[in-house]
Amino acid sequence: MLLYVLRRFASAVPTLFVIVTIAFFMLRLAPGGPFDLERPIDPLIIENLKRAFNMDKPLPQQYMLYLWNLLHGDLGPSFTRRDFTVNDLFRFGLPVSIQIGGTAIALALVFGTFLGSLAALRQNSWVDYSVVGVATFGITIPPFVVAPILSLIFGVYLGWLPAGGWGAPGSMVLPVATLALPQMAIVARLTRGATIEVLRSNHIRTARAYGLPSWVVLYVHTLRASILPVVSYLGPTAAALMTGSVVVETIFGIPGIGRYFVQGALGRDYTLVMGTVVVIAVFVVVFNLIVDILYAYLDPRVRYD
Amino acid sequence: MLKNMLKATVFATTFALGGGYMASAALAEVVYNRGNDTDPTTLDHHKTSTVAEGHIMRDLYEGLVVQDNKANVVPGVAEKWEISDDGLKYTFHLRADAKWSNGDPVTAQDFVFAYQRVQDPKVAAPYANMLYPMVNAEAINKGEKKPEELGVKAVDDKTLEISLSSPTPYLLELLTHQISYPLHKASVEKLGEEYTKPGNMVTNGAFMLEAFTPNDKIVMKKNPHFHDAANVKIDTVNFIPFEDRANCLRRFEAGEVQSCSDLAYEQLSYMKEKMADQVHIVPKLGTYYLPVKVKKEKLADPRVRQAISMVIDRDFLANEIWKGAMQPAYSIVPPGISNYDNPIFLDYKDKDILDREDAAKKLLEEAGVKEGQLSIELRYNTSVNHKNTMTAVADMLKSVGINSTLVEMEGTGYFDYMKQDGDFDMTRAGWIGDYSDPQNFLFLFESQNLGFNYPRWSNADYDAAMKKAGETVDLKERAAILRQAEEIFLKEMPAIPVMYYASGNLVSAKLKGWEDNIMDVHGSRYLSIEN
Repeated sequence: MLLYVLRRFASAVPTLFVIVTIAFFMLRLAPGGPFDLERPIDPLIIENLKRAFNMDKPLPQQYMLYLWNLLHGDLGPSFTRRDFTVNDLFRFGLPVSIQIGGTAIALALVFGTFLGSLAALRQNSWVDYSVVGVATFGITIPPFVVAPILSLIFGVYLGWLPAGGWGAPGSMVLPVATLALPQMAIVARLTRGATIEVLRSNHIRTARAYGLPSWVVLYVHTLRASILPVVSYLGPTAAALMTGSVVVETIFGIPGIGRYFVQGALGRDYTLVMGTVVVIAVFVVVFNLIVDILYAYLDPRVRYD
Repeated sequence: MLKNMLKATVFATTFALGGGYMASAALAEVVYNRGNDTDPTTLDHHKTSTVAEGHIMRDLYEGLVVQDNKANVVPGVAEKWEISDDGLKYTFHLRADAKWSNGDPVTAQDFVFAYQRVQDPKVAAPYANMLYPMVNAEAINKGEKKPEELGVKAVDDKTLEISLSSPTPYLLELLTHQISYPLHKASVEKLGEEYTKPGNMVTNGAFMLEAFTPNDKIVMKKNPHFHDAANVKIDTVNFIPFEDRANCLRRFEAGEVQSCSDLAYEQLSYMKEKMADQVHIVPKLGTYYLPVKVKKEKLADPRVRQAISMVIDRDFLANEIWKGAMQPAYSIVPPGISNYDNPIFLDYKDKDILDREDAAKKLLEEAGVKEGQLSIELRYNTSVNHKNTMTAVADMLKSVGINSTLVEMEGTGYFDYMKQDGDFDMTRAGWIGDYSDPQNFLFLFESQNLGFNYPRWSNADYDAAMKKAGETVDLKERAAILRQAEEIFLKEMPAIPVMYYASGNLVSAKLKGWEDNIMDVHGSRYLSIEN
């Protein structure tokens, strides 16, 4: 198992390298640059700025320089937020995004599987219909609609929670709810489908025939198998949520890293965009690995060595 | 018994809580959560340029002179100053009690250091050109001279001398801009780029930097060494960036922020209905106008241009097309500007649009233009609002029998096309003033100003008035001359002013001391919060 993990990590390195390379050159292909502002700057001043950011060097050299710094964990200075390095920005923002995204994923997992298996057990009853109905609703209403409505109801009209911002008690609730609701809905549907299938499978019939109590049948034997599609879904989703959501961060005014991708791209902040790409890539690689390991643990048919 | 015990407990708890509340209320710090447009690019004020950065810098620093809550220029670090008769030398006397946030005295050398640094090409200050009136400033910024050659000298610790290359009656206005704030020489020299970090940053304004979390807030604490600290009523200012104006609106409604620096205009009617007096929309230092190519034969007659101007319903454009984000304009210099006590407006400002249409028809008749005979092209740069504006103008022109066609151009080439004397009839343009002085608007149409004189209008009287104003040091006299220039402009109408840009703020009823002004400046030191 350990060998497998190590092998996977080793194979992640070339993947990251390819991503970084493609992103680096694609960014430079985009028209304009970080110093093209509304009010034109003196060419002399632009020269000075370029020198300060190593942009006066030929592109291949800039690329090697970037890789070298990246290997040392240095993501470079931000072009648009001059008081910060990209590392600084992630040091502030990443914990916030992980906190919100992680909580949302945990809630979605717990409540989603519970509701999903409940619906599966009471298939075609009112419980099932209401879970499926609410889930469909949750999936179809986009966060940019849910977020302002939640903020209006709980922040402005009822005044129970902060309408936005970060740091005040309760400021996490609404953003987490916005992120968790659609995921919970998806997880519930996935769990329901898988559970219905697993409940009909041979090993469950055998377990029942042995006279095992129904809660053992459900939570030990059924859930273990029916959660597999949920796990493979949640891997990349967790990576996406923990690296921040542009919509939720903008609407609630949350200092996560999700907005940096858009802010960086619009401002041609090359280092900031590159940094975001690297962070997201690392998260995706790591979570895919976690999913594969969990598979080995959950599904007795999967073995890696 | 049990009941009584419960009662006693409840009473005691209430008492304790109440007492605690009262004690904390007495010590409670006054916090001002202040919505701002965006985060600053940097806290190094020499490298800033935006209005949002200006709000932050105004609280952190104090210049030689400052703008009070009505945007009047009042003494800041300098308590008094003398201007030489030729208007070329300003001598500022700094107040004895001006101090940095670490307790150091603010000296004339701090200003010399800052002003030399602005022009240093290595610093790449985007607004360095604002201080070009200082002797040798431009040459230093272009790398032709050394920073030490700048015409700014410290006579002694508390006396600063600024020499100008030509009289600049609006110099004091320039000195209120963030580019003109001083720097704590010792810490900048010691820390270099790191001087803007919380814990490092030393400032001389009413507030000092406590923390800066990107996309979250900038926290400032009251500066105990500030000379007017006794009158600063707010203990903490949190500058919160709002990319999403609707988010600020919600947090404003929830009482979480006390002001928003911009409005979600799509919800204007809701805001006006719900918040009435807390919605502040006032003209700011900018005019939206329509340049007319005067050398074209069909547009050469000023009566034709005046007729076109008359039929443009500015109220409709401002309120319907721009949803109140603009205000109707009847002059090129926006009202409320400094150094201009008696603004002039077009005489049909308050006339009914139907009467104006009749008057316009008469003017056209006098000029020999028959109905349906004149056909002009309206050109604009890509934007939904500009397109709608021009479509509406075309419709208004039709009411007096002028036909028009619309031509859209991509933004990047558009202004260059106008600069290069492109073959247009009528276009649109906007100008936001850099400093509060009528010269900053009227210079656009001087005949030698080929970069901005899009109509290619040339009027000897106008040029003469502008030249004379430039040589006049007395501000009252100068204002009268500039007014004459604008009068000529409005009579000749080479460009039709249609709207003033406006600033929109949400201001809580609890926030006291807020005064609407054309510069949209509201230093937190003049504000207070009442509960």
